Amino acid sequence: MSKYLLNKFLFTVDRDPDLVERYRTDPAGTVQWWEAGEANRILNCISQEQSTWLRLEEAERAALAAHDYPKLFELGAHPFLTLTLFIAMFERDYPEPLGFQKDYAARLAHFAQPYPDIAT
Amino acid sequence: MATVCAVMASTHHPFYYRASTATGGARPPFADEWVAKIEKFRETLTRARPDVLVMVGSDHFHQLWLDNMPQFLVGKAPVYDANFYNEEREFGLPRLLLNGHEDLSAHMLRNGLDAGFDLAFSNELRIDHSITCPIITLRPEADLPIVPIYTNIFAPPLPQPKRFVELGQAIRHIVEAWPEDLRVAVIGTGHLSLELGGPRQFGEHGPDPEFDRRAVGWIATGDLEGCLSQVTLDSLHAPGNATHGFMDFMLMMGVAGENEKADYVDTLDLFHTMEAYFTWYPTGGVA
Repeated sequence: MSKYLLNKFLFTVDRDPDLVERYRTDPAGTVQWWEAGEANRILNCISQEQSTWLRLEEAERAALAAHDYPKLFELGAHPFLTLTLFIAMFERDYPEPLGFQKDYAARLAHFAQPYPDIAT
Repeated sequence: MATVCAVMASTHHPFYYRASTATGGARPPFADEWVAKIEKFRETLTRARPDVLVMVGSDHFHQLWLDNMPQFLVGKAPVYDANFYNEEREFGLPRLLLNGHEDLSAHMLRNGLDAGFDLAFSNELRIDHSITCPIITLRPEADLPIVPIYTNIFAPPLPQPKRFVELGQAIRHIVEAWPEDLRVAVIGTGHLSLELGGPRQFGEHGPDPEFDRRAVGWIATGDLEGCLSQVTLDSLHAPGNATHGFMDFMLMMGVAGENEKADYVDTLDLFHTMEAYFTWYPTGGVA
């Protein structure tokens, strides 16, 4: 499990307007590009001082590539990060206020407590 | 010596700014009641005539990240830029610029460290809506210098609830020991029951109205013993997956003092969350 890296993808995409649009329109390509060049970047270090070992698990990569936010919840991605990014991408497709957020809740309705552990 | 002229605890709802400024058909039906309650709450701060604001909140994965996550952090900078792109995008929050009070920040850090709290610090901190929401609701002029204090209620492992209370108690003592003859309001924001990114989010009410009822009772009466006997890191999962933000209310109960009844209490049962507003006047009055 690499929950930290899953969260790092959500975090770094969410804060970049261009990446939010790129991930919305090309999820699989964005995940592939990000894992190849961005996953090992230490955010407060220069590029020559990046990490060497970070890699998504196959299930994590597949969930990100499929925009599968119920699966991200199951895998223990931080729910705030997932929610914020997915609102940015998909709220616009719902005519009613909070329509996406309510649909999001409904798609997670099969989860009972305790929820998947989000500790990293 | 400094005076703690007011202690204030509230929820921080990022939808308030947009709801309160919307007009015509875009104005939600609950906006007028919400604005009226906020304006009454704001008056409790105005009446205290503060010179400086100590602001307790929590970064929501904006500047603070999992590669270097502090549990408690004090800002020490002359100026704080505020709000982030994703808060503009989702909530329509404006960018703000707030002055800092570096002397009080330095005093907080030195005395907090000496009191056994290994506080992290930041000399360049961009603050987010946990602190800008109460600026917008309580001091929209944004004209007073601040000392921001961040807590980790967000990225486990978290400190124990008792530690939040103890830090609040320490903050009270530290401010009162500050030799400047200034009036300091301590303002902190957190949550009652709350779910974000889970199946109980955005319901008709908060995810656990019974927890909210008990929580408001603990805060309003300063019942730290009752609160600490029923709240644990594990128990806070049950009312909603973002309810650990309640520990910032517990911190503020520590600032206000054990068994100190709040001088002002108000709530608003908004869709998906209970809003709650509390003010204490430690000197027994505002003069």
